[in-house]
Amino acid sequence: MRNTLVLFKRELAGYFSTPVAYVFICIFLLLCGILTFYLGNFYDAGQATLGSAFFEFHPILYIVLIPAISMRLWAEERKQGTIELLMTLPVTLPQLVLSKFLAAWAFSGIALALTFPLWITVNYLGDPDNGVILASYLASWLMAGGYLAMGACISAVTKNQVIAFVLAVITCMLFLIPGLPQVSEVLAGVLPSEALVEAVRSFSFMTHFGAIARGVIDLRDLVFFASVIGVFLFMNAIVIELKKAD
Amino acid sequence: MGAMIEIENLQKRFGAITAVDGVSFQVERGTVLGFLGPNGAGKSTTMKMLTGFLPPSGGTARIGGHDIQTDSLAAKKLVGYLPEGAPLYPDMTPEAFLMFIAEVRGLSGAAARARVTEVAEKVSLQKVMRQPIETLSKGFKRRVGLAQAILHDPQVLVLDEPTDGLDPNQKKEVRALIRSMQQDKVIILSTHILEEVEALCSRVIIIAGGRLVVDCTPAELAAKSKWHNAVRLELHASETGRVATALADAYGSSHVEKLGPATLLVTTKDRRAILPEISQRAQKEQWKLEGLHVEHGRLDEVFHDLTRAGARN
Repeated sequence: MRNTLVLFKRELAGYFSTPVAYVFICIFLLLCGILTFYLGNFYDAGQATLGSAFFEFHPILYIVLIPAISMRLWAEERKQGTIELLMTLPVTLPQLVLSKFLAAWAFSGIALALTFPLWITVNYLGDPDNGVILASYLASWLMAGGYLAMGACISAVTKNQVIAFVLAVITCMLFLIPGLPQVSEVLAGVLPSEALVEAVRSFSFMTHFGAIARGVIDLRDLVFFASVIGVFLFMNAIVIELKKAD
Repeated sequence: MGAMIEIENLQKRFGAITAVDGVSFQVERGTVLGFLGPNGAGKSTTMKMLTGFLPPSGGTARIGGHDIQTDSLAAKKLVGYLPEGAPLYPDMTPEAFLMFIAEVRGLSGAAARARVTEVAEKVSLQKVMRQPIETLSKGFKRRVGLAQAILHDPQVLVLDEPTDGLDPNQKKEVRALIRSMQQDKVIILSTHILEEVEALCSRVIIIAGGRLVVDCTPAELAAKSKWHNAVRLELHASETGRVATALADAYGSSHVEKLGPATLLVTTKDRRAILPEISQRAQKEQWKLEGLHVEHGRLDEVFHDLTRAGARN
């Protein structure tokens, strides 16, 4: 526990010791703003909510931005050779995997939290359901965690950050598109049974994100994200064990 | 209690390639062990297994009685390790980096800060403690790597090519540092530089082709040289011919080598000490000697012979 905390602290501080963190946060906030006000027509909708204009874009936004965080997690350690330093310290592999993931997750949480002016804005303009907004923030953060766990695992596969980025974007996409309405329709036409369509849809982040973001915090959706994170972190540890010396 | 480090039939295969092929040895406290071998002989791989980075394909090693596979955390606590090339986090400052290492090693707060300051002083890093590591010179980076390895005052220090790529002054500093730490510790260092072995090590292990080919002291290694106990004579130029003939009569013409216009080298088949008899004879026959030296053997030549032979096996 203590070791995980020490490693976590170094990782998180690492984001802010380079311009990476600031560039990322600026781009994230800028894109959030553009999408909300231009594509989402925040003002024209005339509703005091963040759902349709703000959170709706997060699944797509994260597909590009989350791999940008996760790509360096292990690829960089392997390229620099620092993985050898790290793994000969008296720490365990689960501690390393967990601390890296948690630091990245905390970082994405900080970026997400910095969108609070929008929340203030809707409260100033109208009378939104703050419970739903809070649930949406939770949903968004959980989704970021799921993508980060995938990205971390993929980053362990290669020493090349660009490859890690591209592969992570594609993987994240695979876990998103089955839940898009357009894709669901196509699937319904192709797959033989309704149950199968539902099964495929249930693997999509979109489905579970949407459910929580509506303000319905169902245990099944929480378990879904927790399982995705758990499975990918477990795979992450296995990949590191196999590939660390290459 | 047994030896500090016990390595038993350690093996490592990468696919079809066998990098380390059944290496066994033990190291006692107070030993500075020089680990020699050509590139690709398995030195680094052995060190990586010993420090717990790579799992062995066969055999095992124990550090202070702790098995590196089944009790790796306890083993890792006893070891300070400088990996090859001294990898570091370029964005961090030495201060932040060493504080991180100190905390991982179980120190915290004031104790950690005090220890980091102490170690920084020991390796002369004080001036650059707040600069990002990527802006430092190679010599400073290496010192940060060394500081990291000795921070918890480990009982076992494993240094993979600690002086590689440094200038002569920096090499000297690193060697002085290693020498200052050798008491009560086990220090294992790999190197290509044979003079380093003579200067630092109390024991030498040579591996070639993944196998241990020699395990002895540097002096014993030198004694394997055909130059061991050879005598070098520096003469007045006019004397060279006369003396060369006299020596050729005594030791055989193939054992007298002319190194220069006024320098002769005498060897014997059994590498016995011949200095006394030569110096006696020089006095008796009044050679105009300007210098008389005993050769201790040339490590590079022994190294070459042994590793070539090892690679053939």
